[in-house]
Amino acid sequence: MDRDQIYAKVTEVLVDALGVDEDEVSPTATLTSDLGAESIDFLDIVFRLEKTFGIKIDQGELFPDNVAQNPDYVENGKVTKKGIAELKARLPHADFASLEADPSVENVGEVFTVDAVVKFVEKKLK
Amino acid sequence: MRWSWIDIITQVQKGKRLTAIKNVSMAEDVLHDHFPTQTGPGGEALDALPVMPASLLIEGMAQTAGLLVGHAGDFREKVILGKIVKATFEREVTPGQTVRFEATLERMDPSGASTVGTITAIDHASGVEHHVGDVELIFSHIDRNMAGVEFPDENFVFTDNFRALLRSAGMI
Repeated sequence: MDRDQIYAKVTEVLVDALGVDEDEVSPTATLTSDLGAESIDFLDIVFRLEKTFGIKIDQGELFPDNVAQNPDYVENGKVTKKGIAELKARLPHADFASLEADPSVENVGEVFTVDAVVKFVEKKLK
Repeated sequence: MRWSWIDIITQVQKGKRLTAIKNVSMAEDVLHDHFPTQTGPGGEALDALPVMPASLLIEGMAQTAGLLVGHAGDFREKVILGKIVKATFEREVTPGQTVRFEATLERMDPSGASTVGTITAIDHASGVEHHVGDVELIFSHIDRNMAGVEFPDENFVFTDNFRALLRSAGMI
């Protein structure tokens, strides 16, 4: 499966899970602010990706769980430098530019762009 | 009044499928208000039209599927409804009918589970079964998802209400 085919199927997954229109889905669109995803939607998305691509995604592998509650990652409502480094190591598919610009814990969701999901699936399929 | 929208579990295959039924009765309070006698736009008297609200059909499916998911995990997890992915209805359910909820477990992992389900109405007057609707749900295992936030130790999801139901089906 090539990247375009993966992108097309990921778009379908997001349209079904988030109730957005196909033209709202772009590579740089963030799942949370642009497409309106909430934490329960992440679970729906993981299940659909598993089903669509025949892959197994472990808990926290695509979307990290419990970042906000982890004292190693967060201090005073901001993700620490150590936290960002750890997240980058765990989520090589994600896009950290926005979070690095403003490390408020509410912005953690910004690392998940459509492109990040596509990259993740690509890696899993190799 | 107990918040039980299923009366009995008729079939269970652990980790796969669970079927429950609910008898819809004129004695249920909700049917008196949904819908009551009304005055029409032209001042005409409209008869009461008791039909089971779709929201409660979804709740019945959520209880059915929730028990399926809970049982699959041996009731260790607190299983709560997280998302109604899809709920479509093509027919009303009326008093005197029996509603059958059939839930199938699609996927389950430590974070939660997804289920698909069918709702059928058995019409005892005609003996015909009618497809009422389909409901897809996502459940969350909240203790797993909210590690660090405290929840009471006892499982507040699977309470007495459900325990009697589960015992009679031999599930606990």
